[in-house]
Amino acid sequence: MQALNESGSFFLELFFSGLTRGSIYALIALGYTMVYGIIGLINFAHGEIYMIGAFVGLTVAGILSILQFNLIAILVLAALFAMVYAAAYGYTIEKVAYKPLRGSTRLAPLISAIGMSMFLREYVILAQTPDFVSFPALTEGLFDLGAFSSMIQPTELVILIFSFLMMAGLFILIKKTKIGKAMRAISQDREMAMLLGVNSDRMISLTFMIGSALAAFGAILISAHVGQINYNIGFVVGIKAFTAAVLGGIGSIPGAALGGIILGLTESFATGYVSSDYEDVFAFGILVLILIFKPAGILGKSTTEKV
Amino acid sequence: MVENIKKSSIIAVWFIFLSFPLVVLRVDYIDKTIDYRWHNILWIGIGAFFISWVWRYFLKRKNESDKSSEGKNQGTSASTSRFQVQKIFEHKFALLGILIAAAIVPQFMSTYQTSIFITAMMYVVLGLGLNIVVGMAGLLDLGYVAFYAVGAYTYGLLNLHFGLGFWISIPIAGVLAASFGVLLGIPVLRLRGDYLAIVTLGFGEIVRLVLENWDVVTRGPSGIPGIPKPAFFGVKLGFAGNMTYLFYIILALVVIAMVATRRLQSSRIGRSWVALREDEIACQAMGIDTTKAKLAAFGLGAFWAGIIGVFFAAKSSFVSPMSFTFFESAIILSIVVLGGMGSVLGVILAAGILILLPEYLRFMADYRLLIFGALMVVMMVFKPGGLITNIRQQYTLPKRNSKEELAELHSSET
Amino acid sequence: MKKFLSPVIVGLALLTAVAGCDKKEEATAANSPIKIGIAGAFAGDLAPYGIPQKNTINLAVEEINAAGGVLGRQIEIYAEDDACKPETATNVASKLIGEGVVAVIGHTCSGATIAAMSVYRDADIPVISSSATSPALTLGGQNPKFFRTIPHDKAQAELQTKFIVEHLKAKRVAVVHDKGDYGKGLAVLVKEGLEQAGVEIILFEGITPGAVDYSALIRKIARAKPDVIAFGGYHPEGSKIVSQARKKGLKTPFVSGDGLKDPSFIKIAGKYAEGYYVSSPADISTIAKTKEVTAQLKERGQQPGNFGLQTHAAITALVNAIEKAGSTDSDKLAAALRSNTVATTLGDISFDERGDVIGSGFSMYIVKNGDWVTVNY
Repeated sequence: MQALNESGSFFLELFFSGLTRGSIYALIALGYTMVYGIIGLINFAHGEIYMIGAFVGLTVAGILSILQFNLIAILVLAALFAMVYAAAYGYTIEKVAYKPLRGSTRLAPLISAIGMSMFLREYVILAQTPDFVSFPALTEGLFDLGAFSSMIQPTELVILIFSFLMMAGLFILIKKTKIGKAMRAISQDREMAMLLGVNSDRMISLTFMIGSALAAFGAILISAHVGQINYNIGFVVGIKAFTAAVLGGIGSIPGAALGGIILGLTESFATGYVSSDYEDVFAFGILVLILIFKPAGILGKSTTEKV
Repeated sequence: MVENIKKSSIIAVWFIFLSFPLVVLRVDYIDKTIDYRWHNILWIGIGAFFISWVWRYFLKRKNESDKSSEGKNQGTSASTSRFQVQKIFEHKFALLGILIAAAIVPQFMSTYQTSIFITAMMYVVLGLGLNIVVGMAGLLDLGYVAFYAVGAYTYGLLNLHFGLGFWISIPIAGVLAASFGVLLGIPVLRLRGDYLAIVTLGFGEIVRLVLENWDVVTRGPSGIPGIPKPAFFGVKLGFAGNMTYLFYIILALVVIAMVATRRLQSSRIGRSWVALREDEIACQAMGIDTTKAKLAAFGLGAFWAGIIGVFFAAKSSFVSPMSFTFFESAIILSIVVLGGMGSVLGVILAAGILILLPEYLRFMADYRLLIFGALMVVMMVFKPGGLITNIRQQYTLPKRNSKEELAELHSSET
Repeated sequence: MKKFLSPVIVGLALLTAVAGCDKKEEATAANSPIKIGIAGAFAGDLAPYGIPQKNTINLAVEEINAAGGVLGRQIEIYAEDDACKPETATNVASKLIGEGVVAVIGHTCSGATIAAMSVYRDADIPVISSSATSPALTLGGQNPKFFRTIPHDKAQAELQTKFIVEHLKAKRVAVVHDKGDYGKGLAVLVKEGLEQAGVEIILFEGITPGAVDYSALIRKIARAKPDVIAFGGYHPEGSKIVSQARKKGLKTPFVSGDGLKDPSFIKIAGKYAEGYYVSSPADISTIAKTKEVTAQLKERGQQPGNFGLQTHAAITALVNAIEKAGSTDSDKLAAALRSNTVATTLGDISFDERGDVIGSGFSMYIVKNGDWVTVNY
């Protein structure tokens, strides 16, 4: 009985750790999937926006803590500034690197995105530092879990709660508001939507901004949990989130959320029950497995092509 | 003018706002210190002002030329086709010129320069190989580096365990990499576009992880040192001689790869790849076996990566998983796209730019990757079709007057 | 075209082979400067290791040149950045050889050094590294003219093993590494040493550097209840793991190598770093010459960093060898490096047959009140 309890609680621990990681993947995957849905572009610089969000958050948190604000105010303002700045960066990047390329070949924006991502990494190295820097534990004191803290850490619970709130907000935005309707219209048929009076350029910019803000929000939550950042943090997360978006069916918003969580859980259980040596092999393995059976991802629509 | 100043000023202010928390402020959270670098505002402002001006100017010119070329296309097609034929000849001469120059060049270069030119030429072959998959067959492959790794490790391991030489390893590695290509091809046959991209990316990562973790066979992250360079008919050449020898081997490989891709392009399979790229369903309807065409593209593309892998192992005499990251795949893909998808001369130029540029930018040490990334964006924005637009082979009939044609038509009818 | 191309290539290759032989061996004129190459990570994310190396060499060389140089000739330094990448390292090595250097000090990372080694061997150039600790470099016998002023990882692993067994009296140990060349190499050596000493290895796994968090692995470790966790890797991952483990309430002591002994480790991990054990080159701050060099660096606003003092010792040993050999001839230089003992910032050092340093060892440190303190046991 004792053994069963122990293995049961180990399972739960792994479950929560996977869920935490997965909800971060999901937040970032949303950015990929929204951009893809609306203009069919893999925004490789998305991971770098996440990283820039973390650095802006650190700057703001640092200034406010020198000014002796209280922890909650710091957390709120840091997250807010990070999101605003990430949105501004997302907007600018779209205008500089992708908009002039609209209507050209499918691969040209991809290369432009890879170039942009390199540029942003080097930019942060030069402007800030190539080293790891410590990030304040802003979310540590928010909850006191008492006896449950062996199962899930307070910082992890914060990530879970807030990322789910964010995602719920996004769903409402997409499903219920006029903006969401316009976005969906563009992703279905851009020319038709434009004929019906939707300002497509503005909607595309808005999509980039929302996606970037979500990524920055995720960056603040996870950085406060892990405690350090550097210019490279966006790379692995970006690739994983992209994987999650494809896993769930790229272009589908619930798909991105689901894909992120499946990926997080897979990694966590692979580490817990097999070995962390092959964590990524499992992550990509499940991707291949799902795509073999569902070539458009879990919730993706498999389009029948007309001839 | 006033309009431009106004626009550029707004952009300058916007970029100052964007860069402010990162470029001006630097906060140390532990020591509670803020480092202010106000002078950077000036640089960002001036830079953004002028760059945006130039940017707008060139963007306008590009749009205008796009429009005017559209207009031209509606005109007589004969004049454009003649123009293209001429261009093909120009390319041939340019290629020949590059080759001749390349053949003599190591006589005048230092060993270091020879060495980086070898690297550039390796990427030419890799670009030509990936071009088969991406450029011709239109299958987006982000894990091409995996086949490169397979080739390098094939030589490294065969040499370590069985003492096999360079020349014998080349065909083995080529065939092995090609079979890996086919192996990857089978599960992803049903996938399209971006799904394919992420699966191939995953495949590349998996190969690297296996190399890293499977110590018993691959020696893990410590890699395989001391891989011998090819001997020149049993003669030991010394350091400089070795480099020159490698230079000519890779030059020969470039020539062979160029001729092979050229011939492949106009072969039956090459044309079926183009059909596959343009419209898969129509291609199937024409009776082309798409499965076979796709697998052939993956296999043949991987074949070249395998061969260059062997060459890489011989050149650096050391292989480790660190050399086969996603970044490498991204660079090879950039060469293909930047070169103009399918153009041989384009691949050569792009490889030259992407590989030699960072080496020659060394004097700017800190800024070189920043400039490199920015340049990739700029080149794509202003030349999205790549440096050299590939011209599909045209079969021109002897020219006739439309009147004559009509007359002939009439006469044949009667 | 194809038919006559191959003989042409062979002919050209032959020509260059002959011409290539006498490309170097010039510039040994009596008063021309002696060229010494330095290579390492001087830009990019590992620059914090490489830049102090460059700085200390510049300091030492300026001093020597001001005093009239060596053998009446000035020393000229050629520095090249390899960013710790193996493929760049070979290019850098050939560049330095092309410049005509007589010896090279470098590279910073083991992987890059191993990659470049065959280039130096083919060119017959002595190399002294001050930070490449991979055992394969000397024990593998790749280049008979390779030396290093830092003891290799095997010595470090032996010390860690001894410390874990004798001082911490551990029976069950979890070994974690970062899958890197240095980290995994060290972890494997520690694991083998512990197994020989009869300690049970309950877990041996690699983490993915750059992953979002390591909580799943930490929970797995916590469940296995080890007496000690040995981690092989560098400080960014080290501080991430230890902070997450402590937050999780895991109080098991950690033991690591010199990759963690960096000021930023304590700075980032903060209170969670307390009680962390690392093995690192023995404390040399009491040696007079070391004090002097550190003070001089401080005057220029520089730090000796992790490997600066080892690098200073390397250039001192090299210059001493040039003086003793009376020439820059590769064979004489290597022989002189082997046969002489020289007073350096590391104390009196010499090199053994394989090129490893004699007279410099490792000791164990613990983080106490935000600082590194030597452990006496």
